[in-house]
Amino acid sequence: MEQKVATPIEKKTLIGSRVKKPDAADKATGKTRYINDMVLPQMLIGKVLFAGRPHAKIVSIDVSAAERLPGVHAVLTGKDAAGLKFGFVRDNVPLKEKVLCEHDEIAAVAADTEEIALKALELIKVEYEDLPAVFSPEAGREASAPQLRENFPDNKSLRFEFKHGDLATAEAASDFIADNIFRPHHVTHCCMGTSCAIADFDNNGKLTIWTQTQYPYNYKMDLAPALGIAPGDIRVIQPPVGGAFGSKLDVYPYEPIAALLARKTGRPVKVIYSREEEFKASPTRQAAIIHMRTGCTRDGTLTFRSADVLLDNGAYTSWGPTIPVIMMRTTSGHYRVPVVDFQAQAIYTNNPYAGSFRGYGNVQTTFATAQQMDILADQVDIDPLAFHLKNAQKSGEVTPQKSFLRECVLAECLETAARASDYSRKRAAYAAERGKPGRYKKGIGLASSIHNAGGAKIHKSDGIGTILKVDDYARVTVITGASEIGQGIDAVINLIVAEELGVPLEHITIINNDSDIAPWDVGVHASRTTFIAGNGTRRAARKAKAQILKAAEKMLGEPAAALELRGGSVVRDQCGTPLIKLDRLLRQMHFQAEPELVMVTDYYEPNSQPEGADHVSDHSAAYSHAVHIAEITVDTLTGEIKVDKITSAQDVGRVINRMGLEAQTEGGIAIGLGYALSENMQLEGGMLKNPCFRDYKLITAPEMPELEMHFIESHCAEGPYGAKGVSELPTIVIAPAIANALFNATGVRIFNPPLSPEKVARAIHETRQGGN
Amino acid sequence: MSLATEIKFTLNGRPVAVRVPVTMKTLTMLRDLLGLTGTKYACGEGECGACTVKVDGKTLNSCLMHAVDCDGREVVTIEGLKTPEGMNPMQRAFVDHGAVQCGFCMPGMIMQADYLVGENPNLTREDAQRGLEGNLCRCTGYTKVLDAVGSVVEQKCCGRC
Ligand code: FES
Ligand code: FES
Repeated sequence: MEQKVATPIEKKTLIGSRVKKPDAADKATGKTRYINDMVLPQMLIGKVLFAGRPHAKIVSIDVSAAERLPGVHAVLTGKDAAGLKFGFVRDNVPLKEKVLCEHDEIAAVAADTEEIALKALELIKVEYEDLPAVFSPEAGREASAPQLRENFPDNKSLRFEFKHGDLATAEAASDFIADNIFRPHHVTHCCMGTSCAIADFDNNGKLTIWTQTQYPYNYKMDLAPALGIAPGDIRVIQPPVGGAFGSKLDVYPYEPIAALLARKTGRPVKVIYSREEEFKASPTRQAAIIHMRTGCTRDGTLTFRSADVLLDNGAYTSWGPTIPVIMMRTTSGHYRVPVVDFQAQAIYTNNPYAGSFRGYGNVQTTFATAQQMDILADQVDIDPLAFHLKNAQKSGEVTPQKSFLRECVLAECLETAARASDYSRKRAAYAAERGKPGRYKKGIGLASSIHNAGGAKIHKSDGIGTILKVDDYARVTVITGASEIGQGIDAVINLIVAEELGVPLEHITIINNDSDIAPWDVGVHASRTTFIAGNGTRRAARKAKAQILKAAEKMLGEPAAALELRGGSVVRDQCGTPLIKLDRLLRQMHFQAEPELVMVTDYYEPNSQPEGADHVSDHSAAYSHAVHIAEITVDTLTGEIKVDKITSAQDVGRVINRMGLEAQTEGGIAIGLGYALSENMQLEGGMLKNPCFRDYKLITAPEMPELEMHFIESHCAEGPYGAKGVSELPTIVIAPAIANALFNATGVRIFNPPLSPEKVARAIHETRQGGN
Repeated sequence: MSLATEIKFTLNGRPVAVRVPVTMKTLTMLRDLLGLTGTKYACGEGECGACTVKVDGKTLNSCLMHAVDCDGREVVTIEGLKTPEGMNPMQRAFVDHGAVQCGFCMPGMIMQADYLVGENPNLTREDAQRGLEGNLCRCTGYTKVLDAVGSVVEQKCCGRC
């Protein structure tokens, strides 16, 4: 018989390659069924009546006409939700008996169609007695301010403090002090898919909820008290969503409302927001007033930083007012600041309330810190690059907040971005042009920041469960807690499984959308998913591989250590000679005398430290830095800023899926640009004046600048293949880079974003007048 | 119930007849009456482009167009771009270039991009940026979208010259 010589299978790595998202084809063809598209048999439509006023007593509410309308199946009011307290400090209920903000949910209707539900809302008669209200945290803490909550004197909500070193001594030792008040504003997520939930109770009292949540497990715990049921009686299903960006990291009232309506009617109920409702009722990015002071010596060594932060809590407490947990770290975390004095106080107001939003607190902090670095460099009269480099931390340092910077490449990020953009030369040249005539001025600005890049242990666990099976056809199924919300974790998981098990990407299925099936995960937040789920997937795949190779050893008589999985076969690691097809081996394992299936489980817990009551600990398994350099052209007449180019350098640990990494960076930059330039919730007396895309301006395609992205690989010891989390930093660093560029171009500084044309033009005008 | 009327038109190459309320928008008809959920609602006010479809070869926002106005016309939705051979080149390019993240804006974005390249085979990146101004995307920063469009333009040029 002729002996066929098997062609060796070469060793190839997928790490750093470009892998397509497995959900992309269905999304590009309109086939994907988003939660917004879902219809269940017997499903009713739920609609919510919002208060439409910031602070009021409900004198009376009459729903009888709505209840009588044909096609209406249930009408609920605050009475039906009395005592169903939920939220971070249990200060929220699904339906209100008292109005504390414009979008307070006063009543809800379930009807056969949306048209009928809307009609029913019109028939509900509510008599309000308006009350004096609070629209800013400064006003809220005045002695004369109306008290909004019984148990919160002076309207004080959460408070955070962190002190390290002696402030008075450090101030005295400073030659220069930057002292400014920054006012980061209200913006909102603007997910293209509006908020939606579908709820259905079975006859054993168990709730199934289809939701956009990005934290399915703690979600059960948070939703349960809003319904008065046990977390274990909730099954969470996560259909594809139209974006999240942190907006789905908490329970918001429409979700328990859908469930309460479902319970009342015994039928599935879908609540879905219009765009106007989305603008009004979604969480915001936390607005704040930051009084920051930073000192340095004549030679440009930082001496201290203090931040006194006042947060606009809004009417209820979601994740927004907890951002100081991150603010206090990033206030001084990424330059060597020996003395830190941080305090933050959240004040209840009658404004919309804030949740978490990509960049969580650090967008606000970095807007302040990165401008103060620029201001101080100017005072010392050195190139900001040199100033940054002088104070940059290095690997092995521990910050005052106990973040251990194991692999720190901040200096390399600074140097790379500066070199690539010719920063120092341009900055000097543009500054020299500043006072000269001419309508258009160019500017260049540098900013940097630090963020957790290996999860954040704000809960007792920051871990993830993974179940992995390889079937008789060598098809792999990964059952994981890691949620896909569009960010691309499915592609990362596919890549890692293919890398470890040598199977084609198309032979991998991921199940991560059903809390009854997939094991625990904290959720998509804190730039953690590639890091945590990447490690979990790799560990599970390696366990499966060990089992397979052990079986191969028995069958083939070659030591497992000399074998590898490659190209769908078991091969000799050294020469790549294929010995047996993987599917054949798996079937033999299954059908042998002592049968075995390949199905493994893994629980991965990163080596970070839980945060104590003071929030000081090495809370992430990795930290990373990013530097952005913005080049802009300012029209000094209209105040319009055109961003010409962004050069970024970010510590990514190691590139896993290059295409996904680029995509996350580009998208993060776009959100940052909107924050910096145009997005703004115009609140007047607690009422949102611009709840539409015409008046709330997102970045559009023509405004997108040229991007030059440098990914610096610091090879994180704990990260999967050395990777770190990446998604938030691109959003964080952009606004101050533009603000610093504006100063370089015009000599003007703006402390209250967005840097809108009106503000910029006015500031330029005032500076010129002042100069005359 | 509001006044309704029967209309006949071509939808993705197939004739359809459907009874629609006169106040109904094309978007609602497509999604709720005809079950074509590929076309998305994201604002309902002509400000985001998620609902973009082609009517007689031109793109428009189906959330603004009354369903009755489809009568006698040719309507193509994202579901209709695909051929029996598979995705159309624009869809394929979006997938290959990583232009799709959450994907919610993508049916509209792809319809508009496909239209732009059909109208102007020499479309530049700047043309594409301007032509996609009405299509909002919160995830991608448009960069990979523009890469994808550019790649289709290049293929077209090669095929034709
Ligand atoms: S839904 Fe039609 S333009 Fe936004
Ligand atoms: S891909 Fe999510 S909105 Fe465009």
